[in-house]
Amino acid sequence: MAFSGAILPWVAAASVLLIAYAMYLIFFVAPPDYQQGETVKIMYIHVPSAWLALGGYAIIALSSFGLLVFRHPLADVSAKAAAPIGAAFTLAALITGSLWGKPMWGTYWVWDARLTSVLMLFFLYLGLIALRSSLEDEALASKLTAVLALVGVSVLPIIKFSVDWWNTLHQPSTGFTSTVDASMRTPLLISAFGFLLLFIALHLKAMQNEIMRRRVKAMRVAEVERGDRLMSAGAE
Amino acid sequence: MDLGPHAVFIWASYGAFVLILMLLIGWIWIDGRRQARALADADRRGLKRRSAGTVKDAP
Repeated sequence: MAFSGAILPWVAAASVLLIAYAMYLIFFVAPPDYQQGETVKIMYIHVPSAWLALGGYAIIALSSFGLLVFRHPLADVSAKAAAPIGAAFTLAALITGSLWGKPMWGTYWVWDARLTSVLMLFFLYLGLIALRSSLEDEALASKLTAVLALVGVSVLPIIKFSVDWWNTLHQPSTGFTSTVDASMRTPLLISAFGFLLLFIALHLKAMQNEIMRRRVKAMRVAEVERGDRLMSAGAE
Repeated sequence: MDLGPHAVFIWASYGAFVLILMLLIGWIWIDGRRQARALADADRRGLKRRSAGTVKDAP
């Protein structure tokens, strides 16, 4: 808590600065694409959202592995904290992609492999959140959620390689070191790094919240147990 | 700033994106305040975790 409390303001401030600089580059410097025109501006938030949607799930999967194998209590805190943040970025990727698709493809949605697998990822996030909150036994909820998260990790390679394995309307990965011109690649990378820092800041803050919640719960449980002991001692 | 014929889609994308992030940030921030208040309240009432050491009034 002390470490995360110390670095959180710096990470948050750096993310705000980077995002602000990225927005300046996107709206005032970056040129329109020769095919997409100004609609390419949606890519500067859609692509980082999609990366963070996958990255968020990878954090949950790694944390779940850490919980099940090493039984580290912070691993469960990390997994629980990352789920709503990852879900939010997945929803952002779906909505911004859909709004890009209408003018570029002529439709908001097609059931192709990439779009459908990202929608599955969003439902997986919702499933993890719902499963955890549906069980009162926190230890059991943690384990079951971790197992579901590890089963669901199979969706990540499907999303990543769907554009290579199947014939999709969604274009294949561009690979940001190859064909994207520097005038567009730079704002994209700055935007992605800014939102990555925002994700980290939110994750740290959500972990702090969860640790506080567990402390309060442990205090209340201890108080109830102490009361029970006093009552049983009085009865004797 | 001229965003061309598809400006409405660009603004809608950025609007939805900002809305989602604001809701997420607001929710985490409000939850943080709520948990900090609950923790401060528990501290004020002298509640201790089992791992915090021997409870003075335990039998």
